[in-house]
Amino acid sequence: MAALAPAPQAVQGDESHLPKAHSWRQWLDREAWRKTIIAIPYLWLLFFFIAPFLIVLAISAGTSQVGIPPVIWKSTFPFGTLDNYVFLTQDDIYWQGYLNSLRNAAISTFFALLIGYPMALGIARASSTWRNVLLLLVILPFWTSFLLRVYAWIGLLGNTSWFNRGLTSILATFFPFWVTGDHIQMMNTNFAVVLGIVYSYLPFMILPLYATLEKLDRTLDEAAMDLGSKPWEVFRDITLPLSLPGIIAGAMLVFIPATGEYVIPSLMGRGDSPMIGRVLADEFFQNRDWPVASAVAVALLAVLVIPIMIYNFFQAREARRSAS
Amino acid sequence: MKRRPYFLIFALIFGYAFFYVPIASMIFYSFNKSRLATVWGGFSTEWYGKLLDNQQVLDAAWLSLRIAFVSATVATILGTMAGMALARFARFRGRTLFSGLVSAPLVMPEVITGISLVLFFIALNGMIGWPTRGFTTITLAHITFSLSYVTVVVQSRLASMDRAVEEAAMDLGSKPLRVLFDVTLPIIAPAIIAGWLLSFTLSLDDVVITAFTNGPGSTTLPLYIFSKVRLGVTPDMNALATIIVVLVGSGVAIAGWIMHRADKKRERDVQMAIAANK
Amino acid sequence: MDVDTKPPGSESGDKPWLDQKAKPFIRIDGVTKKFGEFTAVDNVSLDIFKGELFALLGGSGCGKTTLLRMLAGFETPTAGRLFLDGQDMTELPPYERPANMMFQSYALFPHMTVEKNVGYGLKHEALTDAQRKDRVKELLDLVQLTPLAGRKPHQLSGGQRQRVALARALAKRPKVLLLDEPLGALDKKLREQTQFELINIQYKLGVTFIVVTHDQEEAMTLATRIAVMDRGLIRQIGTPTEIYEFPRTRFVADFIGSINIFDGEVKSVAKNKVTVAAPALGADVIVEHTGTMPAPGAKVSIAVRPEKIAIERKEPGADATGNTIAGKVIDLGYFGKDSLYRVKLPSGTMVRVNAVNSRRADENERVAVWEDNVWLTFAPSSVIILTE
Repeated sequence: MAALAPAPQAVQGDESHLPKAHSWRQWLDREAWRKTIIAIPYLWLLFFFIAPFLIVLAISAGTSQVGIPPVIWKSTFPFGTLDNYVFLTQDDIYWQGYLNSLRNAAISTFFALLIGYPMALGIARASSTWRNVLLLLVILPFWTSFLLRVYAWIGLLGNTSWFNRGLTSILATFFPFWVTGDHIQMMNTNFAVVLGIVYSYLPFMILPLYATLEKLDRTLDEAAMDLGSKPWEVFRDITLPLSLPGIIAGAMLVFIPATGEYVIPSLMGRGDSPMIGRVLADEFFQNRDWPVASAVAVALLAVLVIPIMIYNFFQAREARRSAS
Repeated sequence: MKRRPYFLIFALIFGYAFFYVPIASMIFYSFNKSRLATVWGGFSTEWYGKLLDNQQVLDAAWLSLRIAFVSATVATILGTMAGMALARFARFRGRTLFSGLVSAPLVMPEVITGISLVLFFIALNGMIGWPTRGFTTITLAHITFSLSYVTVVVQSRLASMDRAVEEAAMDLGSKPLRVLFDVTLPIIAPAIIAGWLLSFTLSLDDVVITAFTNGPGSTTLPLYIFSKVRLGVTPDMNALATIIVVLVGSGVAIAGWIMHRADKKRERDVQMAIAANK
Repeated sequence: MDVDTKPPGSESGDKPWLDQKAKPFIRIDGVTKKFGEFTAVDNVSLDIFKGELFALLGGSGCGKTTLLRMLAGFETPTAGRLFLDGQDMTELPPYERPANMMFQSYALFPHMTVEKNVGYGLKHEALTDAQRKDRVKELLDLVQLTPLAGRKPHQLSGGQRQRVALARALAKRPKVLLLDEPLGALDKKLREQTQFELINIQYKLGVTFIVVTHDQEEAMTLATRIAVMDRGLIRQIGTPTEIYEFPRTRFVADFIGSINIFDGEVKSVAKNKVTVAAPALGADVIVEHTGTMPAPGAKVSIAVRPEKIAIERKEPGADATGNTIAGKVIDLGYFGKDSLYRVKLPSGTMVRVNAVNSRRADENERVAVWEDNVWLTFAPSSVIILTE
């Protein structure tokens, strides 16, 4: 079969090199089955992913009205308006929302990396028995309810919880000039939001990092050590640069969803400076202003296009590398 | 020169404490007698009992399970197809768009997916009178984001599978579709099952997309919890959360353990076979 | 066995291990390494001298790589000490040892260019930038890779990678270079050429090389001396000739090359001549033997290499010297330059005979073919007595 194939990457199912089918049965065996396999999920995604997005795009160019539907378009060319996008730049709440989101997402990504990297390295370097247990312990929270994990932290951060009281008294002992009183206001602060995001998305940081670190050839470490590098120099010169793809994948997997995060800021954040996800939801649910909510969504996607592209670029490069 | 990596061990201990202390504390306080959720008032299981009388919780849980079951099943079928298309068919028209479409929901912020789906469903309903917001729209939305996860799982399993096995089946006279059912699907079955389980839990867990796409009277369990949690920590929420976390957690742990044992057994069998051949 | 009888001194420049007064450069003193219950290296003592190209030869799991890794510092001995140039380095971490390693997988840093790879170890030396550059240049010249200095490892062929690994390991001018299966990843043709390059480089630099290999041909061509290892023990240390022609144990005889081994009993002992009764051969075998003589009646093994047996279709005359036995050709393998015969003796024992096809002949003109009755002869000096 390989000899007949017109191109080296011809694969099973690709039978374009065979003569044209003569009967419908032949056609079914050779082409129809694979066309079906491609077409069904393809159509589904076009219908339920692309079409909705086009509609959001269209509504973001409409004008809000009282009625059903609560949106109207201009009757003359070009039928739409950019007013909603202009509006986003005028009201503080929107661009503050974007800035809050980006800042909180960036801080969370940094701390997730700070906590996740040594954990991933520790798991990758553990014995194979331990490794399976440790990995399961990382994946376990990822499978259990996201909402309930956030809820668990709300329980700890409250002003009367043992955690808050305990932490306050420890800090008050060592830094009396800084901390006084019997509790610290933790809930409804940016601190709580960052903590919630780090906690919820930490597995997304650890897993790609682990996957990269686990594949690293340990003889490279030995080689570097043999050539005179002390353990931390080996880490700096070999482990860290070679794990860069994992760092980028993990960082993007935390940063992108964290920017659009809605649940955590709603439950733990400050009401007066919301993140953009919450702004969008409020616009949609409370104000019932579809055009502005849609414009917020489109603008958010525009903000995230660059990190999404970085992520896809590195994923594709990794896929190519592991294939070759 | 083996040295104990004390720093890494410390990082692991700290990390796992960070993961599990809040959950452990929540479970602990679910047995609190006091109505004040954060002040210990003695041991009690009364909150668990009260949950069983709470019709709202039971209805929400039942709705969530039905949605999760249907959406996981459909998403698994579609995702398996998409995974096969991407892993096996190297070239077809629109492949780049297709692979982009599959991976986009993985990174797309949920608020964007949620708002676009709900506006789409409203528009569609306005045109053809379908779908009604509620069970149907939530399920359709869940299928759409879950299918990406199934695709990734199935695709990576297929990529690591020995292609020669399929070629052998074809060489022995099976047509492509027969090969698919006789050889390919049985081999990737573990990935398909994993994909289903993942979709099921994702659906069971989803708040944001469900919040956008739900309709009147269709409150799923996460939506119920979300609305309660907004009002603060309560002992009955602790109890409900404990039940869910313990159920899902032990389910995943058992599944992981079974798979790990199967792997270990395989490894042992292989080693014994090699030893027997020597 | 001239090596045993030659007095030390005259040739000890070439063969320092014969000089009683010569100081060993590397001393491995009673080293044991256990992994849990498993003993990888079992009380090994070994002296290696400056400028040697020493090979540790053995099958997989014989402990040769563990021994090398202990020399590099990646493993710590469970017992025993390691000395390099008089300095105890048993507890020294790898990055403080004046020994460098060329890894079996080469372990080139994939994110660094050839130049950076070679220069990596020099970062830790007290050198100026210019000196560092010069050193890298000098090494790239040595392994003829200067034009590829800017490439990354994945843009190199297997042979080029091997040379980068060599240059990198030599960059710090180590007192000893440890090579783990240095030619293992190369194909056969390239291996032969690289063997000689390696010897030339070693000769030019005068660095002591310790090579780990499972390939006996590689060990024989490269090494000044070979240590044959098996199950954590050193079975024999000697020059390639000693190991091949005068193996001391059945294991070494069997492991190196191909050999016929028969059980026998010593019948009589004369000056340098031992007569051994070998029932499998159906005759008494005369063996030329020096050194410690076995006692009459002792159970021994006698061994003859296949290429040291002559095969003929006609019976040798009565005046022929050496041992003669009759048999029948059962199998014949034709390799072109030589042929392997498997000859069955009346006792049922199979003897392997290797004969060079020095004459051009077609299939019908061969020395012997299947079912031919043949005569085998071998000189008394070709037979080895193995007492262990």
